[in-house]
Amino acid sequence: MNLFTYARANDITDAVRLGSVDGARYLGGGTNLVDLMRETIERPNALVDVTGLSSAIDEREDGSLLIGAAARNTAVAEHRSVKARYPMLARAIVAGASAQIRNMATVGGNLLQRTRCAYFYDEDGSRCNKREPGQGCDAIEGFNRIHAILGASPSCVATHPSDMCVALAALDAVVHLDGSRGKRTMPLTDLHRLPGDHPETDTVLERGELITAVELPSLPLARRSTYRKVRDRASYAFALISVAAALELDGGAVKDVRLAMGGVAHKPWRALKLEAFLRGAPANSESFRRGAAEELADARPLQHNAFKVELAQRTIVAVLTQLAGDTL
Amino acid sequence: MPIKINGSFVDAPSDPRVSLLDLLREHLQLSGTKKGCNQGACGACTVLVDGDRILSCLALAVQFEGRSITTIEGLAPSGALHPLQQAFIEHDGFQCGYCTPGQICSAVGMLEEASRGVPSHVTGDLSVDDITLTHDELRERMSGNLCRCGAYNGIVDAITTFHAEAAQ
Repeated sequence: MNLFTYARANDITDAVRLGSVDGARYLGGGTNLVDLMRETIERPNALVDVTGLSSAIDEREDGSLLIGAAARNTAVAEHRSVKARYPMLARAIVAGASAQIRNMATVGGNLLQRTRCAYFYDEDGSRCNKREPGQGCDAIEGFNRIHAILGASPSCVATHPSDMCVALAALDAVVHLDGSRGKRTMPLTDLHRLPGDHPETDTVLERGELITAVELPSLPLARRSTYRKVRDRASYAFALISVAAALELDGGAVKDVRLAMGGVAHKPWRALKLEAFLRGAPANSESFRRGAAEELADARPLQHNAFKVELAQRTIVAVLTQLAGDTL
Repeated sequence: MPIKINGSFVDAPSDPRVSLLDLLREHLQLSGTKKGCNQGACGACTVLVDGDRILSCLALAVQFEGRSITTIEGLAPSGALHPLQQAFIEHDGFQCGYCTPGQICSAVGMLEEASRGVPSHVTGDLSVDDITLTHDELRERMSGNLCRCGAYNGIVDAITTFHAEAAQ
């Protein structure tokens, strides 16, 4: 691990001032950053500890829920309103990592996790454009079973590892930011980038820009929602495929739907084509299958991950069928 | 502000690179907490921070100023065994013993989480506040602690017995 300075931010202004210095990084629970620093993949010269900033989870008058970025993952998953109003979010969080890690990890840090691509971690033995821009990618021709099937580029086929973010993408979550040029908000689905020619840049955040909160809009259909994760072992593993979905029915038809996938792309993948196809369609497995096929028509599997295309379709159909369950 | 460790106050290390795990083992000679993978994959380094279980290998010690840490050495008064330690002995909850301090600290934190209604991946009804620790619930909640000897059946029996006796 390289040498760095450590400072605890007392408030957002303090954090942004300290965090805007060249080479500084914000520190939450450290569950990803400390590991990457030990591997010397991350080499910040200053850490700004933002775990003392807002971790409050507030229900607001307009029905939205505002979650301070320093809230621990466990605190979100166990929150009464999250469990009742946004079950897919509680289920996504407890599908990720282990209980010890969820007790440490913050919401802001979860959003800014880096990929778990083994070639990204293998600094001594592998080329990686995300770690070393322009170096090349050994995953594209390598053992790419866990890699992306949507939105990848010739530079990078890595996936985003978060479960929580998949639910946030489906829930129309809004990210609150603060930086040297002031505050702004953006949809969670705009925060993460597709790799393109610059896979070294995971998000659209500007230097020193800090995630201060995540806002969940009032979304009544999310009460009927869930998260399903398919992985190589029953617990404590990253997703091969995951699906977060909410469904609202009108008689036998789909009135409204939200769906996002994990394990398929460089960012949590909001399935807008599927959603457009399903609105107004009969709520049956045939519609769900066709909607999934519509979304995955652009899939470009690699040598070892073609199974993900079929697995994603089946997982989507299974989740939507489960949500439609009682009324079919 | 010092760090409270098993009731004693300790200054944070001057080098911010020191993990909480290395502070415990190398600086304070509290070697009960084990270094397994040192990358957050095995759970051997699990300790309690203000009652919550965390991985001390992924934690920078400087972040814990003003917090209260409990390690395996601090679960029971010196010379005595915590009833969960006793249950591990009676139920063969270990072979080599390397993962055991992490398993025991993790179980203490796990039982507290379940009692306040923290859901798990296998929880059916999210609205239930009082989690029933079925076999599946217990195993899922302890899945962050690996045992290469495969003493899982004994570990589950030990925790189940301790939990049942504590409830009486």
